[in-house]
Amino acid sequence: MYHMTSMTDPHQGQFRLSMLLYDSRYRSMTIQIIALIGFLILVFWLLSNTAQNLADLGKQPSFGFMSEPAGYDINQRLLEYTSQDTHLRASLMGLLNTLLVAAMGCIAATFIGVFVGILRLSPNWIVSRLAAVYVELFRNVPVLLWIVFTMAILIETLPAPSAFRKGEAAMSLWDTVAVTNRGIYIPEPLFSNSLGNIHLFGQSSLRFDISLDLLAIAFVFLGGLFISRIIKRRADVTQEATGERPTTWYWRLGVVVVPTTIVLTLLGLHLGYPELKGFNFKGGTHMRNSLIALWLALSIYTGAFIAEIVRAGILAVSKGQSEAAGALGLRSNRIMSLVILPQALRVIIPPLISNYLNLTKNSSLAIAVGYMDITGTLGGITMNQTGRELETVLMLMAVYLVISLTISGVMNWYNESVKLKER
Amino acid sequence: MKKSAFLGALTVASIAASAAVAQDASTLDQVKERGKLNCGVATGVPGFAAPDANGRWEGFDVSVCRAVAAAVLGDSDAVEFIPTTGKTRFTALASGEIDMLARNTTWTFSRDVDLKFEFVGVNYYDGQGFMVPKEMGVTSAKELDGATVCIQTGTTTELNLADFFRANDMSYEPVPIETNAEAQQQYLAGACDVYTTDASGLAATRSTFEDPSSSVILPEIISKEPLGPLVRHGDNNWGDVVRWTLNALISSEELDITSTNVGEMSAAAGDNPEINRLLGTEGNLGEMLGLDAEWAKRAIMANGNYGEIFAKTIGEATPIGLARGLNAQWTDGGLLYSPPFR
Repeated sequence: MYHMTSMTDPHQGQFRLSMLLYDSRYRSMTIQIIALIGFLILVFWLLSNTAQNLADLGKQPSFGFMSEPAGYDINQRLLEYTSQDTHLRASLMGLLNTLLVAAMGCIAATFIGVFVGILRLSPNWIVSRLAAVYVELFRNVPVLLWIVFTMAILIETLPAPSAFRKGEAAMSLWDTVAVTNRGIYIPEPLFSNSLGNIHLFGQSSLRFDISLDLLAIAFVFLGGLFISRIIKRRADVTQEATGERPTTWYWRLGVVVVPTTIVLTLLGLHLGYPELKGFNFKGGTHMRNSLIALWLALSIYTGAFIAEIVRAGILAVSKGQSEAAGALGLRSNRIMSLVILPQALRVIIPPLISNYLNLTKNSSLAIAVGYMDITGTLGGITMNQTGRELETVLMLMAVYLVISLTISGVMNWYNESVKLKER
Repeated sequence: MKKSAFLGALTVASIAASAAVAQDASTLDQVKERGKLNCGVATGVPGFAAPDANGRWEGFDVSVCRAVAAAVLGDSDAVEFIPTTGKTRFTALASGEIDMLARNTTWTFSRDVDLKFEFVGVNYYDGQGFMVPKEMGVTSAKELDGATVCIQTGTTTELNLADFFRANDMSYEPVPIETNAEAQQQYLAGACDVYTTDASGLAATRSTFEDPSSSVILPEIISKEPLGPLVRHGDNNWGDVVRWTLNALISSEELDITSTNVGEMSAAAGDNPEINRLLGTEGNLGEMLGLDAEWAKRAIMANGNYGEIFAKTIGEATPIGLARGLNAQWTDGGLLYSPPFR
């Protein structure tokens, strides 16, 4: 503002070119413009050089290859996919796998981090030391090594399916779960009176199905929760008016559990158990050890960072707060959950965002254990089979950028809602 | 994995920055000026490309690199061996990081035409096979329905495998893996039932097992895998140098020129005009390539002719134990057939 006013000042002398350099009002502007021009020239040179060299190699940038058949199979696919689908759909499978492991990792890392962060502040010497050892051990070794190490442990220590055939290993939890070195097979929910699926996007590469069963269950369950809230609000009103709180817990539980159970029974819910057939276990849900290794390693590694953030957040809350709460007669766990944590969250959330982003980006190390994330499909096999390095890497960068910006956006919104309201 | 994105970015950067250099000087001039051949090889496949106990690279593919270095630079040790994985090899070649790739790479249409590479010939006729533990009792690849299969990602085997199981209406669980060593670890731990790659690679991998007889290679060969060295598209002169070095190794076996008698045979012109032309005692073939007259002699002296290299690195007397089979000379019923030196 100061510059603007001085520039329009009518009492200024004649403008001379040398003032661009010697007059402190214009100098910074001059330098910035020169720097900007230099930067643009550099960008232009890089772009034109790349385009020229690609043209010389006879490789015009083009994204047409994305609609050609991929030709390769993907082991973990969250939607239906065959090797005859397009590269675009193969990339979509990879994207979903990335999102799956990132979401699972963020949730697990948060639980581990909050738990260990609180333990580190424990007055119990052994507990706080153990937590410190965990943090230092995992924070100071590269995450790639943890991923490879976890995978090696899973592969080398767990029994192969052939051991089950020979009777050297047995299924756990009353024969419902099979823990093998190819992953863990757990029972899957099946519906004998299934309502079928809604098919979206026809035959295109982005097609997907929505299970009507899940939709119905979610609808009834959420409806139950909503009614339960209404009952709670009624009880609150009664309590305010009469000072007596009606006992409503069985109602509140009932409106959620009973309709959901009825729907599940109508749909014919039963569990499909894994069973050893041929080379592998069939049936049940297969959590591949590549997923487990990546998930565990990422969440334990990031959990160590989150633990430090949580500790810092708790220590940032003034000691007077817990002393005051103690003086009011609150027990230490109530002090933590009612007084300390809500205030600490304001300090914790911003650095937590960057750790979620780190975890998501670190998930691109997946190929080290053969997990087919987007780097493995689009940035790996597709890039290799089509030879489109420039295009695939650009798309890959765009995908990670969008994921990261989305996480930031959501977390910033959450931060707004918990931060100190100044009135 | 970070590496691939990094390499991709590197390609972008290096295509941007260095390909301009590549156009000014031909690859042949660059190699001569550098005094070293940058040769891309596998990260470690016994018999084909692996460092020995002293860290010196040895093997069937490595010998091609050494022969080219001997022909161009006069020193079979003037080679920088750059290990590449199935995923990184093409990027390395396209970006100019390596001058040639000798890494059991299958010659396919799309690699030749779409990826803009030039395959200079075939040094090993291979096919994709399956290896399973003997105790499993499997005798045919058609019995593999439902099996978990380890594959090296970024290879033609990945696509062949998908086609084979689809054509036979069988299901399988692919386990993608970066390197041969990782595949071996998973296979031996039983994390996959089957390991699939080129049959020669299977034999090479099996030879390193504690008990090689515990695994069997199934009889089915599900694909044609002509493996050969390749260079970048566009520098035809350099392509010719690598092509005719390979042909010199093949022709010399046919003409009974070996590493032991090549010195004597090249001392003076003999009765066979083709030998004379090849060894530079007659004509000026070397000059046409931009090399000197003794280029082929040095290439042969480096590791011997094709037959000698085969016998020394992967032949029946070695732990790999591969028979010549398709890779015998055409005069012995094989497919090796070098165009004439004329």
